[in-house]
Amino acid sequence: MAALQETVTQVATLDASAYKYGFTTDIESEKAPKGLNEDIVRFISAKKNEPQWLTQWRLAAYQRWLTMSEPSWARVHYPKIDYQDLYYYSAPKSTPGPKTIDEVDPELLRTYEKLGIPLREQEILAGVQTRKVAVDAVFDSVSVATTFKEELAKAGVIFCPISEAVHTHPELVQKYLGSVVPVTDNYFATLNSAVFSDGSFVYIPKGVRCPMELSTYFRINEQNTGQFERTLIIADSDSYVSYLEGCTAPKRDENQLHAAVVELVALDNAQIKYSTVQNWYPGDSDGKGGIYNFVTKRGDCRGENSHISWTQVETGSAITWKYPSCILRGNNSQGEFYSIAVSNGHQQVDSGTKMIHLGKNTKSRIISKGISAGRSQNTYRGLVSAHRKAAGSRNFTQCDSLLIGHSCSAHTIPYIEAKNNHLQFEHEATTSKISDEQLFYAMQRGLSAEDATALIVNGFVREVLQQLPMEFAVEAQKLISISLEGSVG
Amino acid sequence: MLEINDLHVSVGDRQILKGLNLKVAAGEVAAIMGPNGTGKSTLSYVIAGREGYSITQGEILLNGVNLLDLPPHLRASSGVFLAFQYPVEIPGVACMQFLKAAMNAQRRSRGEDEINTPEFIKRVREESEKLKIHQEMLRRPLNSGFSGGEKKRLEILQMALLQPKLSILDETDSGLDIDALKTVSEGVNSLRRPDRAFLIITHYQRLLDYIKPDTVHVMAQGRIQKSGGPELALELEKHGYQDYVSNEAA
Repeated sequence: MAALQETVTQVATLDASAYKYGFTTDIESEKAPKGLNEDIVRFISAKKNEPQWLTQWRLAAYQRWLTMSEPSWARVHYPKIDYQDLYYYSAPKSTPGPKTIDEVDPELLRTYEKLGIPLREQEILAGVQTRKVAVDAVFDSVSVATTFKEELAKAGVIFCPISEAVHTHPELVQKYLGSVVPVTDNYFATLNSAVFSDGSFVYIPKGVRCPMELSTYFRINEQNTGQFERTLIIADSDSYVSYLEGCTAPKRDENQLHAAVVELVALDNAQIKYSTVQNWYPGDSDGKGGIYNFVTKRGDCRGENSHISWTQVETGSAITWKYPSCILRGNNSQGEFYSIAVSNGHQQVDSGTKMIHLGKNTKSRIISKGISAGRSQNTYRGLVSAHRKAAGSRNFTQCDSLLIGHSCSAHTIPYIEAKNNHLQFEHEATTSKISDEQLFYAMQRGLSAEDATALIVNGFVREVLQQLPMEFAVEAQKLISISLEGSVG
Repeated sequence: MLEINDLHVSVGDRQILKGLNLKVAAGEVAAIMGPNGTGKSTLSYVIAGREGYSITQGEILLNGVNLLDLPPHLRASSGVFLAFQYPVEIPGVACMQFLKAAMNAQRRSRGEDEINTPEFIKRVREESEKLKIHQEMLRRPLNSGFSGGEKKRLEILQMALLQPKLSILDETDSGLDIDALKTVSEGVNSLRRPDRAFLIITHYQRLLDYIKPDTVHVMAQGRIQKSGGPELALELEKHGYQDYVSNEAA
């Protein structure tokens, strides 16, 4: 009992001190005035020198947003957000669109270095990392650097800030933007459509296997600033891409809003693998501060035999409201969702996925592992639905929850809708606790209470960790032990 | 090597060990026999440091160090090994991964270098062959879906790899068929050395046909009631524990 108690105590003492990315960068920034109105939307659009269609698109979204109300169905609680008390645009002053990495403010480069994200290609090539990964770094509202652009261009791959793609590839942006997550989709997505500032744009041409992993690294620095990034990834027929996303924020006493939209489009026989390691600041041990992570992520398997998989490791944020989903439109298309959601302290997680089977013989697979500790709340919410034309579709869902201590809770809320009779949907769910027997057994073999807990948790999430690219898996594993044990990594 | 003096242990209001004394010398194999519910498993858990027992009096010395001052993982690294009566499952953690984590944790806390992977694999291979453990089994999650015999053999494999000074076998013979019992016993016998001691907890003579004890202690009512040589086990087999139980009641 006391062994477990010890772990619980360690977990309870975990607070901001364990969060190692909580530093702030002292850099001058240019901000739009506080609050939100049509002028702000126009201001953001003008800052990016956007074509008129996009300005109109944003304004329409803003008008729509005014008529909507914040969703309240999620199992999360937070004080009302004053949307007029936020900054919607903030950019480091010194970077009016740097052309090369040498023009990037050295303070910013140092920030990313501290975060372990090398932005200088030569450093990456010199072997700081074992495998080449192209990075797009987004700082508050703008992208500050994108690496390996030239090498990717040789393969025909477009990887750039979306604000740049609007100018260089307007036809692609106009065709696909909002085609997966429509402007009217939900409160936060609509808000994002009105005020999104930057994010990554990826296009993989027909028949191309992207020669390296692509990655975007998001950082919120400014106080009272919302981050509204927008990511759009298009994999044309017979192409393949693996994309990684990471995020951190400084420790702030106030809550910060992050409302992103990610849209994926996979055409015939294309495959997109999208991995996230989400480590936004979770707030301190009293539940003060932390990021509100209200994110809409959706992939459209538009083509036949297309394949989209989401893998997420969620350890941060005060509140997570996030359901990376797949629309299985193309016949024989396939969607996957692998998730590890760790909650501790006062964190609240309401996360899961939607698998919408529209095409024939579509397949989906959901593996969700929730770990709750401290006083946290961890909810899996999932929808598996099949259209009447989606004959021969199959889904397998497995939701496992692991509880550490006595003050946390886990909930599983699966929705299943079947509109035809030729389906096979399977759902399995378990809830378990790390038992005193397991802890004692491992400790009897020489492992400390902390190491024993980490080992058991590791076993619990193994299936999902295996889905991550190697470097990310190692990182994620470390992150999970840090968030659970309060040990300094 | 092991010296237990006047050990009093209770769980809640119930007193289980009532002034137990026991000495086991280096190189000795000591058997503890006794009826069910007499505190034999409690004794093994208390030596290993399981929580949930209140130790109201007494000491447990291993080579002069009071184990009661150490948390379970440091007792392990100072040489205490408990082969569980019911080995625990840890889903998703492969046996190999667990074995390596345990060996390295003990090495680290003793200030030794971690074992390198080729050396580790070589040692596991050698020891597992002796115990007729298939390599395939070691890639499976720890004890998950293992048969009783597989679980017990894995306990002995861990004992062989960790090389403890004091090995406690808690009802290791339970749930074993005769072939598995022989394999497990041979495994234990091959680990006997002048600098190691074994404490074999059982309530049947059967296991002692294969692992020959140097001393036999009869435990009842929370104490060692009688100590003797191997012949004591045979005597118990004939007459049962009746004498000891009624003595105490009187």
